[in-house]
Amino acid sequence: MSLIVCITADGPDSGAQVQPRFGRAPYFVFADTEKGTFEAVKNPFADAQGGVGPRAVQTVLDHGATALVTGQVGGNAASAIQASGIRACAFKGQGTVSAALAAFLAGELPSLL
Amino acid sequence: MKIVVASGKGGTGKTMVAANLGYVLSRDREVALVDCDVEEPNLHLFFPAETVDEAVTAENPVFDPALCTQCGACGKFCRYGAITVLRDRVLFFAELCHSCGGCRIVCPEGAVTETGRAIGKVSTAHPLPGLTLVSGFLNEGEVQAPGVVRAARAAAGEHPLIIQDASPGVACAVIETITGCDLCILVTESTPSGLHDLALAVEAVRMLSIPAGVVINRSDGRDEVATAFCREHDLPVLMTIPFGREIAAVQNRGGLVARDLPGFTEKFSALYADAVRLCGVKE
Ligand code: SF4
Ligand code: SF4
Repeated sequence: MSLIVCITADGPDSGAQVQPRFGRAPYFVFADTEKGTFEAVKNPFADAQGGVGPRAVQTVLDHGATALVTGQVGGNAASAIQASGIRACAFKGQGTVSAALAAFLAGELPSLL
Repeated sequence: MKIVVASGKGGTGKTMVAANLGYVLSRDREVALVDCDVEEPNLHLFFPAETVDEAVTAENPVFDPALCTQCGACGKFCRYGAITVLRDRVLFFAELCHSCGGCRIVCPEGAVTETGRAIGKVSTAHPLPGLTLVSGFLNEGEVQAPGVVRAARAAAGEHPLIIQDASPGVACAVIETITGCDLCILVTESTPSGLHDLALAVEAVRMLSIPAGVVINRSDGRDEVATAFCREHDLPVLMTIPFGREIAAVQNRGGLVARDLPGFTEKFSALYADAVRLCGVKE
């Protein structure tokens, strides 16, 4: 079964750096592990005033992702992620989207929540 | 008459001006002081008294799981991010909701109803014979400051003389506070950052066509830049409060300079008279 993993990123492709902030990440990159494809979605809420967390979770859900790789999430986003059943993993430090995905698939990333 | 005391940013002495003005005026007439700085109301600290409290509520959506099909329309509509539609239910974040009622309207299944939820309170007190103090308090973490401001203003009703203390800056809650006032007193410091913030506040009062004058606080006597700014923008300088150890001491212990220091009663009386006259407002 294919797995869709959402990775927060600074740019729109697999070579972009992972962005540690969830709700205010410039891009959400959705990796389809079966097809080996990446689809990027520009985060329309990156500069929004408030309430970005739950909306970002909605974006992740709308794209069918069941796993999320990011650095940190806020309180409201955390509740939404928990309730949604999305598996959230922490990627600390620097690295590209593909590196983060590889680490995630290798089971190296700790749970975020 | 409704007078609003506003400022570009916090800590400029806006509340001090409102408190002293209210105190001085209450000595020979009825005056209502309304604390509209609902995120950080401070006026009551100057006037300890027993209060009558009333809860302020906001309408929040309630989602009926029996009717909801998780279509996602409500979540898409809510621009405050208060709704996340999951696969099996709707998640609602009450502290983010602005009570616009939109989710109820867009729901195709009629699954959304509304219920009131407390977001703050309005306290009313009579700390001095001529003085009514109304304070709005927004609960911690809530976003609907304008709703509490509206409730505080409503509690003051049609009192003949109302002085409102606005929040610093020019956010929605400040616009809600200033709208419909007859006169605005802008408190500033004559520093470059003070003037920058003042410029934004001036824009807001101009937009709402409210006559305004300026009080320069913590003046070191060299206010040329501030006075030039005021001249340029056609703003009368109504009062200059010097920077002084004595004044600071009174403030720090939560005192009123108009009550505790000589000369200030007259100064604040004059501020009121000048504001009314210079701003061309009929009393
Ligand atoms: S009432 Fe408006 S702000 Fe509140 S949840 Fe519904 S759409 Fe969002
Ligand atoms: S719009 Fe109505 S039916 Fe659709 S998800 Fe929201 S509450 Fe459910």
